[in-house]
Parts: sequence; C-alpha cells; structure tokens
Amino acid sequence: MPGTLVDARGLRCPLPVIRLAAAAKGLPVGAELTVLSTDPAAKLDVPAWCRMRGHEHVSTVEHTGDWDGWSVTVRLA
Amino acid sequence: MSHATPGTPDRVHLDNGGRAPWHPLARQAFEQALGDGWADPRRLHAEGRRAARLLDGAREAVAAVLGARTQEVHFTPGHTASLHMAVASAAAGRRRAGTTVVTSAVERAAVLQAAAHTAAGGSVHPAGARPTDVIVPAARPGPVPVDRLGRVDADAMIAAVQAPGVALAALQHANGEVGTVQPVDTVHDAARAAGVPLLVDAGASVGHVAVPGTWDLLAADPADWGGPAGVGVLAVRQRVRTTPVGPEDEDPWAPGGVSVPLAFAAAVALQAVEADRVEQEARRRELVDRVRAQVARIPDVEVVGDPEGRLPHVATFSFLYVDGEALVTELDRHGFAVGSGSACTSSTLEPSHVLAAMGVLTHGNVRIALDRTTTADEVDRFCAVLPGAVARVREMLGVGGL
Repeated sequence: MPGTLVDARGLRCPLPVIRLAAAAKGLPVGAELTVLSTDPAAKLDVPAWCRMRGHEHVSTVEHTGDWDGWSVTVRLA
Repeated sequence: MSHATPGTPDRVHLDNGGRAPWHPLARQAFEQALGDGWADPRRLHAEGRRAARLLDGAREAVAAVLGARTQEVHFTPGHTASLHMAVASAAAGRRRAGTTVVTSAVERAAVLQAAAHTAAGGSVHPAGARPTDVIVPAARPGPVPVDRLGRVDADAMIAAVQAPGVALAALQHANGEVGTVQPVDTVHDAARAAGVPLLVDAGASVGHVAVPGTWDLLAADPADWGGPAGVGVLAVRQRVRTTPVGPEDEDPWAPGGVSVPLAFAAAVALQAVEADRVEQEARRRELVDRVRAQVARIPDVEVVGDPEGRLPHVATFSFLYVDGEALVTELDRHGFAVGSGSACTSSTLEPSHVLAAMGVLTHGNVRIALDRTTTADEVDRFCAVLPGAVARVREMLGVGGL
C-alpha cells in the first residue's frame, strides 16, 4: 500500500476523518494516504472530506476476514 | 448561559419533523371527541352512531384536502403502518405482475423495509397458489439513486418502473430529513403509462405545501402537521387494486378500528393548518433561507438539500470535524432541540441512509424543522448560538488548524 497509512480502526465518526486530516497536514501535493476504518460512516465521510478540501478520492476497498471495514485511499491536491 | 429544561419558555424546539406540537384546535377537537366519540363507531346504538358521524366527518375533511373521494381515505394506526400496509397490499394486488417494488434510495426506512419484505415474498401468500405460480426473482435492482441534492434520478426511476416484474413504485413527495422535493409528477406519468401504481409518501409535506394529485396511493402523517401521533392517513384511489394482507378484519387498514378522537383531532388539525398554509409556507421559507445563509458562514460546513425545490420548513447541514452527538447535546444544553442524521446519534450507529445516498458529509449533522409556532426571534437566537457551539465541540476534539 503506497503512501501514509492511517489506522483508525475502532474509532467512530468523526475521528477517522480527523486522524486523516491530521496525518495529511504538512504532506506535499500528490501524497497518498490510506485510512483503515471499521466505522461505516468513514467510507462516506472520507470522500466527502476530499470533495470539501479539493483532494482526490482514489479508491475504497472493503475488508473482510481478520478485520471488517474499509480502506480508503486519497491523494492530496 | 441558560440551562433550560423541556417545556419552559426558554426552550426552543426545532425538531418538529414527524412530531410537532398539537395545534390548539386539535386539542379542542380531541376534548370534544372524548365526550362525543368515545363509543365504538361500528355499533348501531346512538352513541356508536355519534362516533361514526365524527369519523365520517374526519374522513371527509381529510379527503377534501388531499383531493380524494371520502371512501378513498382510510385512517390507520400510524404513518409507519400506513406505509407498510400500502406497500404490502398494493404489491399483493399485483402479484401476477411481479414482486419488485421500485423505490428511491431516500425513501423512509419503512418503505425500504416493506419493499424488501415484499421482494422476499413475505407478504405474498395467495390463496390457492400453485407451485407454478412461484417465480424465482432475477437479481433485483437496488433503490434508484439520488443526486448530491437528494433528488431522485427521474430517468433511472422511470426505466426501473418500466422493467418487467414491477408490482409497485414508491416515491416520496419530499424528503423529511433534507427537504428536497421529488419529481413525483414525472414519475407518476411514466408509472401510469406502464400500468404500475405509485405510492407517494407525503408524510413530510402534507400541511406544509400543496399536495400533488399525481398518486395512486398516498400516505400522510398527522403527527407531522400538528395532529396526534397514533393515527395515520392512507388514501387509495378507487382504481387501484389492493389485496389485504394479514388476518381478515372488518377494517383491513386498521384492524379493530381506529381511535375516533385521534382521527377527529387529526382532521381538525389538518383543516386548521390548511387555512393559513400559504402564509405559513412563505414565512417559514424565509426563515429557513435565513438559517441556510447564516449557517453557510460557519467554517467547514456543508449545507444539505436542494436550495430551490425544497420543503419550506426543513434545513439540514453537516459540520466537518464535529461529533453529531456532542453538538446535539451542546445545543440542548443551551435550550435548543435539534435532530441529527449522524451515526453517533442513531441506535444502530449507522449514518442516515439519506445522507449516505446523497454522498454528503454524514458526521456533525444537524437538522431542524420549524413549527408554525417557531418565531423569527427563536431562529435568530439559534443562528447566534450555533457558531459557538460548533467551535466548542471542535475544540473538545482538538481539531484547530485542520
């Protein structure tokens, strides 16, 4: 997985988005971050954060197995 | 800072969608009907006949507002029951056509659940059915998507209605969570042409805006317009074929009969709010415009719903980096009651399916629905308190500079 990993598993909204924004602070344009979350709100709110902040939502992948949730990747603009 | 308790003059109740305070005339009507309409309207004695007259009058009054015939209007045990029964019995009436119920993605949960139940065969138990009648459904399409403003994709809905195997279509008149009005006329035209009945959930709009005539079944919610909870309204056009589901009863829409005082109070409240609806619509639309403009000045907010085609009294917005539960609590502490579609405010911890379908921010969500008694002063006080409340919740989460 390229870029910075933000492990927000077990955290509830709005904390995954806040952790993502904190990790993104100071990173250059084009940097990619992937946030792991078990909160169903995060898969909706990370793309919304991208839209509000002008970043790019790259992908959302659902995870099942050792943990259930989503990994959402964004690219900073 | 005030720590106002519920029911005190300092409280400002801005969560009036689906449960508004009773209109004063509804209270009066209820009192009167407790005296005159307590008896069982199905009995043949004088007391029963008196109750039956009140119930008939109530149906007639509601029918006049909805543009329906009196015999097309039924009182039910409540709005959720109306929607469940409308979906189940209209779909059962068309079981030969199929079991698919086409819905928008932002229908009330009661509609979505009833549609899923019907598709699973839950309500279809035709007497004398032969094994050959059972058709294994193909992969069913999901609910029809909406755009960022919450408006259903009319072309996609029409295409879905025209597909084979459709028993019923359901489209709300307006969404009670975000206020967006749906293209009911267009969808009804297509549904009629396809021979598919359309159920219109007008639970958030009746009593607030003019009711469209383009429906085959229409559900309306007295608790939303200043009438009592515990009674619902379901209108079914005579041309629509329905098959009652569930055990047989004299009144399939309200097994055992409805409470006459509740039905009477609901009808009187509807007449009362219709009397000055146009003024109330304009007054509240202006207040909501004011709220939307003031809220948009708070940093990192998404004001949600169609800015134009919307209910006059509903406003919804989501704040980035805000915990919805904390914000509702903070506003409550300051005397303001508001609603929220954020996951942390729901018992299931799932965000509102309406916000999710729209693709808008689901956390930090606040929704307000102005009552007809809500004053401009109360709205201004809310607008004055909100930025500080948002800032305090953000401070608690330590999100400065993000």
